[in-house]
Amino acid sequence: MSGNSEPRKYKNPVLNWIEFRLPIISYFEKEYGDYPMPKNCNYFWSFGALATITLVTMIVSGIFLAMNYTPHTEMAFDSVERIMRDVNYGWLLRYIHSNGAAFFFIIVYIHIVRGMYYGSYKYPRELNWILGVFIYLLMMATSFLGYTLPWGQMSYWGATVITNLFSAIPFIGEGLKTWLLGDYTVGNATLNRFFALHYVLPFVIFGIVGLHVAAVHVHGSNNPAGIDIRSKNDTVNFFPYMLIKDTIAVCVFGVLISAVIFFGPNLMAEVDNYIPADPLVTPAHIVPNWYLAPFYAILRAVPDKLGGVALMFGAIAILFVLPWLDTSKVRSCNFRPMYKWFMMLFFVNFFVLGYVGMLPAEGLYLLIARVGLVYYFGFFLILTPFIGWIEKPKTLPLSISDVYLGGGKQSPLTASQKEIH
Amino acid sequence: MAENSNNKRRDFLQLSTVTIGAVGTAAFIWPFLKSMNPAEDTIALGTTEVDVSQIEEGQSITVKWRGKPVFIRKRTKDEIDEAKTVNMSDLKDPEEDVDRVKKDEWLVLVGVCTHLGCVPLGQKLTDSKGEYNGWYCPCHGSHYDTSGRIRKGPAPENLAVPPYSFLNDTTIKIG
Repeated sequence: MSGNSEPRKYKNPVLNWIEFRLPIISYFEKEYGDYPMPKNCNYFWSFGALATITLVTMIVSGIFLAMNYTPHTEMAFDSVERIMRDVNYGWLLRYIHSNGAAFFFIIVYIHIVRGMYYGSYKYPRELNWILGVFIYLLMMATSFLGYTLPWGQMSYWGATVITNLFSAIPFIGEGLKTWLLGDYTVGNATLNRFFALHYVLPFVIFGIVGLHVAAVHVHGSNNPAGIDIRSKNDTVNFFPYMLIKDTIAVCVFGVLISAVIFFGPNLMAEVDNYIPADPLVTPAHIVPNWYLAPFYAILRAVPDKLGGVALMFGAIAILFVLPWLDTSKVRSCNFRPMYKWFMMLFFVNFFVLGYVGMLPAEGLYLLIARVGLVYYFGFFLILTPFIGWIEKPKTLPLSISDVYLGGGKQSPLTASQKEIH
Repeated sequence: MAENSNNKRRDFLQLSTVTIGAVGTAAFIWPFLKSMNPAEDTIALGTTEVDVSQIEEGQSITVKWRGKPVFIRKRTKDEIDEAKTVNMSDLKDPEEDVDRVKKDEWLVLVGVCTHLGCVPLGQKLTDSKGEYNGWYCPCHGSHYDTSGRIRKGPAPENLAVPPYSFLNDTTIKIG
């Protein structure tokens, strides 16, 4: 028997049999069991796990919703109402899915804030950051497509406004818009393809998340000190330490999202979307979902159609090159006395942009949006490169374990800088 | 010498294989992309006939043509004068009023804002008509005048005039 010559790595013969043919057991052991995590990682490092769990929840609840949804302009709205009233637990599935989308963005925004503040996007994790921005971009596309499906007034007019953005492109714009819609206006052809794409994109996201995780595991996770792992003393194994920590985070998250799903399921919804779509009447005030509002504010802040569209897409595109705009070698903002405050102001500014993006674009709101727009781009294009040059960072700890030993054993910056790079 | 010509042959074969592969792939993708364009039944030019005998001066109606709202307005004397006396240099998308109407009192427009596709207000008597007494788009604040021309706001072009004709004095055929 050839089986006798197989290596016996595990006690369980079934695991051995699988491992010899497909070394998936040792892969999971390495990546999720013994994977060394910097021991100073705080709860900000749980948001990647939270985002993965939310993605799976969205896919599962979405598949079950699709079993009862009809992607036709005449029937879509009613089929959603049927899910809410007649389908067993349909209301729960739909509220999980609609609020899950909002929480997915909350989690991912915190995850991005973590990456920016602690400089996780810097060498050698640039590709990891780029994959993350791709995921964020796909998430925005997917949520926009999904928002169209209930075929309410906001669905219809949101889809109209967003697809019209493409008509701003010179020469090919109108043709491109018609091609995207499959009609001259948002119609049945549009609803059908939006449903098809909304179904498939989450699986694409899932695939890129796999690459995103694989990429971070190559050089290991960043940490609040932003310095490299030097020895085994600097880390703890993912299992059980970080798994338990992430599980606590998941429990807290579960409490929060349940509170919204059960006690305020429409807190983040627009009431106008409970009115069936009417192609002849535009709602007085078209509001995007809050998680897309900062970009909508940028679009409206520019008094030119093409210029507004270009800056809106530019605001997302600029994220891709952040690793090369930042000239500082120090990762964590904890050791960057100047940049830290501009970074925090950037987060506040993004929040303010989102707020005015949901209000009418006039008077003071328009002025605030314009100031916010200038800071958004100024932060990336001017502050980030220049502060990197002129700022004098605080001295970095020698190692991650040193963080816990208190001061005294600090190295001059130049030495640690060399080692980081 | 023999080796050299052999290398050239290899290069040629490699290049032609890659080229044919690329052309084949592109040809294969084309039907998929093309299938996303409007289908034949969607393209089939819809026409709408509208009886306008009931419309009083100063009133507007909205009809649906190819899924889009079309505004038909019987303009008052004041509105016509206002539209005709505008200085062309004040316009963002200069166009004479006479080029936008077939009969002075009848204004026919596609009621879709040229900015991002909302339906402007101004059809109902209670609606805001904007600063130029025509239409006002609430989405992003574009103002249109009594000839449907863009006067203020982010929209780049005038409201479009659809192809239409008068079948008789009281019937308009759109499309």
